[in-house]
Amino acid sequence: MADGGGERIPTVIADQVHIVYKIYGAGAGRGSATSALSRMVRRKASPAISEVHAVRGISFIAYKGEAVGLIGSNGSGKSTTLAAVAGLLPTASGSIYTDGQPSLLGVNAAMMNDLTGERNVVLGCLAMGMSYAEVREKYQGIVDFSGINERGDFVSLPMRTYSSGMAARLRFSIAAAKTHDVLLIDEALSTGDTAFQRRSEQRIKELRESAGTVFLVSHNNNSIRDTCERTIWLEAGVIRADGPTEEILAEYEKYMKDRR
Amino acid sequence: MTEYHGSADTALSSAALAERYGLAVSGRRPPLLEYTRRLWGRRHFIVAFATARLTATYTAARLGQVWQVMTPLLNAAVYYLIFGLLLGTNRGIPNFIAYLCTGVFVFQFTQSAVLSGTRSIADNLGLIRALHFPRACLPIAFTVIQLQELLFSMGVLGVIILVTGEPLTLRWLLILPILFLQSVFNAGLAMFMARIGAKTTDMAQLMPFLMRTWMYTSGVFWSVTTFTAHAPKWVADVLNANPALIFNNLMRYALMDSVSSTSLPRHVWLSSLAWSLVVGLGGYFFFWKAEEEYGRG
Repeated sequence: MADGGGERIPTVIADQVHIVYKIYGAGAGRGSATSALSRMVRRKASPAISEVHAVRGISFIAYKGEAVGLIGSNGSGKSTTLAAVAGLLPTASGSIYTDGQPSLLGVNAAMMNDLTGERNVVLGCLAMGMSYAEVREKYQGIVDFSGINERGDFVSLPMRTYSSGMAARLRFSIAAAKTHDVLLIDEALSTGDTAFQRRSEQRIKELRESAGTVFLVSHNNNSIRDTCERTIWLEAGVIRADGPTEEILAEYEKYMKDRR
Repeated sequence: MTEYHGSADTALSSAALAERYGLAVSGRRPPLLEYTRRLWGRRHFIVAFATARLTATYTAARLGQVWQVMTPLLNAAVYYLIFGLLLGTNRGIPNFIAYLCTGVFVFQFTQSAVLSGTRSIADNLGLIRALHFPRACLPIAFTVIQLQELLFSMGVLGVIILVTGEPLTLRWLLILPILFLQSVFNAGLAMFMARIGAKTTDMAQLMPFLMRTWMYTSGVFWSVTTFTAHAPKWVADVLNANPALIFNNLMRYALMDSVSSTSLPRHVWLSSLAWSLVVGLGGYFFFWKAEEEYGRG
């Protein structure tokens, strides 16, 4: 997919990235107003802050036209890494450089659940910086691509009435309506049905051909195999392996089998 | 361990490599002018978001949008019952119902803008984490929601004022500049509080108390002049500099013929302009300074 043999242009550079989560209110509730006041007056930190060191010094370079799979067991830091590449999480140390503004598609990235699918499409497109004319032009394509109107007029119902698969499909369709320099997909496709997965794999290919870079987090090894030629394997916040998908997946599958 | 590298570029440090290909640190805050340009580009989003949110507010209630008008009416009725009939704070105010309702509605605008601004980041983490847009869109959109609610209230207020015997005068046109100044002031305050609320989650719990204190000193239920007449001059000056009081008084002056311009503090237009400029621009700058930190952690 890269411009065969010629110069490869990096789009994402991660250099010794560490990410630490600070979690407020673990255990204790939000507290009453008086306890909040006394805490602020005494300038004491909230009693329940705990830290989680989720990513411990990872480095990689991704290039234009590349699709990179991220694999690893639950809690290995895959989603955290993507969120940091998207600029949504601060790095505790190290730095991440990107080409343009990466867009993250997560499975739990809720849109506005009390609003209709239609409103979500319009608002999502406007938030991505499209004009009303562009939204009008793309609207039907987005709804058709998501396929949520296949069984009745679902797009005029609030998003909270959607199944998780339908919501994920609509979200992906909104985000994929724009060409991205760097697109980060976090499990967002796993809930869609096979027909939708085929459509979205096709769309990912198109996005890569328009010279973008795609990152894909998935627990479905087949979808990694189908979309990515390179795979990074994370385990406990460090890179365990980084290389051609077939090799890495073979190692990974063996590792998971042994762990059982 | 398998390593996978591209070309001779590996010899360069990652910072040098990033610079060579024009990559930027992910999630870095853009300069103020560029930020303002992007914010302007999202103006349709702000308005569409506010309208969608406002119509969604009452969808769960059976009476639906009727509550847009009912809520301000009930508010005014409660305050009239307590402050007008039970406590009798209407001393020396000719048209107390109109006086009270104007104060309640105008202050409510500032109050709800600030309260929803404080929560605007924390309540919309899903949106913030899903899409990239200048975060100042959120507190501004919540101010726009409150402005739209106020327009409903103003309709109700107009009827109340005419029914209580005030004439319709040309002074009503002053509503427009007053609302504009107050909206800028409120947006600034909402952005200011949004940054604080995003950092200090305890703020959302404290704000209602602070806002109530502010309300009682802003001449919503009684005329501050009955108090300042006997107080030392500096106390009167401090009380009269209160922006909420200024907007209340200006709106009363615009709507009610029985309120004369002599009852207004001196330089009232100048001070309201100063308040909205300082708070509006200051709040925007303060919010922008932490742009890259919203929605993280």
